[in-house]
Amino acid sequence: MISPAARPLPSEPRPSDLVGADLGAKPPNRPVTAPPIAPVRRNPSPDGATAPTPAPAVKVEIRNVNFFYGKFHALHDISLPLYDRRVTAFIGPSGCGKSTLLRILNRIYELYPNQTATGQVLLDGTDILAPGLDVNRLRAKIGMVFQKPTPFPMSIYDNIAFGVGLYEKLPKSELDDRVESALRRAALWEEVKDKLRFSGLSLSGGQQQRLCIARAVAVEPEVLLLDEPASALDPLSTQRIEELIEELKADYCIAIVTHNMQQAARSSDYTAFLYLGELIEFDETETMFTHPKAKRTEDYITGRFG
Amino acid sequence: MDLYMRRRLINHLVIGLSMLATAFGLLWLALVLGTLLVNGVSAITPSLFAQMTPPPGSSGGLLNAIVGSLMMTAIATLIGTPTGILAGTFLAEYARASRLGEVVRFINDILLSAPSIIVGLFVYEAIVVHVGHFSAWAGSIALAIIMIPVVVRTTEDMLRLVPDTLREAAAALGAPKWKIIVMVAYRAAVQGMLTGVLLALARISGETAPLLFTALNNQFWSLNLDAPMANLPVVIFQFAMSPYADWQTLAWGGALLITAAILLLNISARLLASWSSFKQ
Repeated sequence: MISPAARPLPSEPRPSDLVGADLGAKPPNRPVTAPPIAPVRRNPSPDGATAPTPAPAVKVEIRNVNFFYGKFHALHDISLPLYDRRVTAFIGPSGCGKSTLLRILNRIYELYPNQTATGQVLLDGTDILAPGLDVNRLRAKIGMVFQKPTPFPMSIYDNIAFGVGLYEKLPKSELDDRVESALRRAALWEEVKDKLRFSGLSLSGGQQQRLCIARAVAVEPEVLLLDEPASALDPLSTQRIEELIEELKADYCIAIVTHNMQQAARSSDYTAFLYLGELIEFDETETMFTHPKAKRTEDYITGRFG
Repeated sequence: MDLYMRRRLINHLVIGLSMLATAFGLLWLALVLGTLLVNGVSAITPSLFAQMTPPPGSSGGLLNAIVGSLMMTAIATLIGTPTGILAGTFLAEYARASRLGEVVRFINDILLSAPSIIVGLFVYEAIVVHVGHFSAWAGSIALAIIMIPVVVRTTEDMLRLVPDTLREAAAALGAPKWKIIVMVAYRAAVQGMLTGVLLALARISGETAPLLFTALNNQFWSLNLDAPMANLPVVIFQFAMSPYADWQTLAWGGALLITAAILLLNISARLLASWSSFKQ
């Protein structure tokens, strides 16, 4: 199954992780400014200063998670870490549960009846699957971008201001700045700066998806979940989204579900291969794509099935 | 004759029959509108809008009936729109798969097709009998009861057309449910919902039976909501049945007015529905 030896896995959440345990507290204001961005380390690991390639900190720890659609057992005992400032790709054939796994991480599955998750998902050491947790505040900390672009039926500006206004009351000028910097980060500002009052629906598919990314980034989350964000886009838009992921990685813990093997290989640091609801293999992307340990991983990656 | 030719023939035959059926349906509409125009246009004079309903043999207009109809329709809309939208929202957003939702939906559908005279009788029994006299309030409530199921239905249908992915996207930003509904779902469905309100308005503005038992009629100028009030449908009913030529002319005029108003409402509903984006 998983080989823990292949990756540095901090066994205990460090005190610095636990500081963020209160889900109500906003993280210290991280500047959302136009790229290039000076990377700000939030959870500096003890050896981070000396080691040339610092071991990444675990941001989200998935522990023994099972998932049920009604009686159907969709995910079996999944455990894996998501590292801060790294991109983790979930790959696998259709129906393997990779999107389901992603949808557990911000508890979006709870919008529908008869869907249940068991196990633990630790965000900075706090179990986000615990009952009684404020789900809305959790979702404000964990942004999500969906497969199909979902701009709200409002202006481009309001699309972004909507999420910001949910948990922050900003004066107009600061809100303007926030909207601009979010659009810049999503590499959309130059294209829309003169039509912020136009409907978000008037944009092209690729622009709409970048608008959705800007919207997610604007609320300054800590984790970004991307559910096949480029699958409905043309190659050029896909490339822009991938460049964007590369840039956003400097500040976020990113999980991306993708059908596209090349995309996983290009843009992720870690890869998890799921098959029929089970985690077959989790490793650094480079290792996984060059020396897969499981036969099924190799078969899938080389295109023998799936 | 080969198979292909046979199919072509059948195709032409059925298309021909369909066109004939359409023409048959439209014919009556054209006849109704034509008769209305021929008989009603002569009644459309300034005095129609300036004078009260007259006794037989003297000149007059429909001012009190026009104002009465406008007032009662307005009050019915004020009651029916929020009630209908809230109930429709409940069905679409909170009670999709619940037993309660199914029961409410079923009852609403029955109410939707209930004969309006039953609604009139109900309000007569429930309000007029207890208060002791006919009143504009009772008329407004009867109209509201007819309006509500239409608005409930269109609101629910329109909200259900809003894709769940949009609700998910809003929830993923941390928006509470009521904000998702008010700021995202309503915005996406607003045109359809307004169209439903306009269609319901068109439906009640021509209703006669419920008013007959509730607001009755009033020959004089009255803005008192606690008293009988003149209204176009009942005046048309009364005047058209009368033997007096001048009353009959006024009835034609009133009928043309109502029809024009309903046509206008329907056209605005269509325009609203097709006005798909709100650019700038």
